[in-house]
Amino acid sequence: MRSVESSGKTVDEAILMAVAQLGVQRDMLEIEILEEPVKGLFGIIGARDARIRATVKKTKGEIAKEFLMELLDLMNVEAIVNVSEDDEQVNIELKGRNMGLLIGHRGETLDALQYLTSLVVNKDGQNYKRIHLDTENYRKKREETLRRLAKRLGYKVAKTKRKITLEPMNPFERRIIHASLQNDNYVRTYSEGEEPNRRVVITLK
Amino acid sequence: MGELVKFIAQSLVDNPDQVEVNEIQGEQTVIIELRVAPEDMGKVIGKQGRIAKAIRTVVKAAATKEKKRAVVEIL
Repeated sequence: MRSVESSGKTVDEAILMAVAQLGVQRDMLEIEILEEPVKGLFGIIGARDARIRATVKKTKGEIAKEFLMELLDLMNVEAIVNVSEDDEQVNIELKGRNMGLLIGHRGETLDALQYLTSLVVNKDGQNYKRIHLDTENYRKKREETLRRLAKRLGYKVAKTKRKITLEPMNPFERRIIHASLQNDNYVRTYSEGEEPNRRVVITLK
Repeated sequence: MGELVKFIAQSLVDNPDQVEVNEIQGEQTVIIELRVAPEDMGKVIGKQGRIAKAIRTVVKAAATKEKKRAVVEIL
């Protein structure tokens, strides 16, 4: 972690010095005051500068990476954690063998890891960032599978004129089904039941 | 397995030094008892047990790898 100590006539001046030295913005720094300034007599005798320590705060992406690396280590899973982030989102990709274990049944383990990472990263309650965790392109592939499923079942409902209730899905997956059939001429979709057993129903228009 | 639960809990709560984990080894099952500060209970359980469920899912995955069954109990 990058950190410097600096001094100045006032605390603000000391902070400005630290900002210049570290070359980062003021709000990226955590400031610890080591010594308050003393004005002294006539501003000379007994005067003492302010001293501070400024540390560059960890970004949400860095926090996410540290958390997942330690977690995977404790799970005895060898994986590389690749992180990229922007103002709204942290994207994480896991690479390694044994990724099936981290995905779990219908992605439930991947979702759990993503949720826990999001809680840890956004614990400070400041500028919330969404966490997107993926491995082996699982989420993209799952989305395509669900789209195909929706189209196939939509066709079946139109043909048989019987409604179909799908298995329980999380909100993200349900949204994919709804979106896939949104503009269908023959069927419409809605959800019923309570989380976590909420299901999409496909029925005739 | 206890270490894993402890690490996750400590990452979530405000009082990590008050996180205690007790592991009870059975033949095929391992029971992990988790204790946190009373004011941190919500941080490991969550709305409708959502956080507790996520912790259990991750621990279950790790246990499967060791060919064991893991039960996480929050006390």
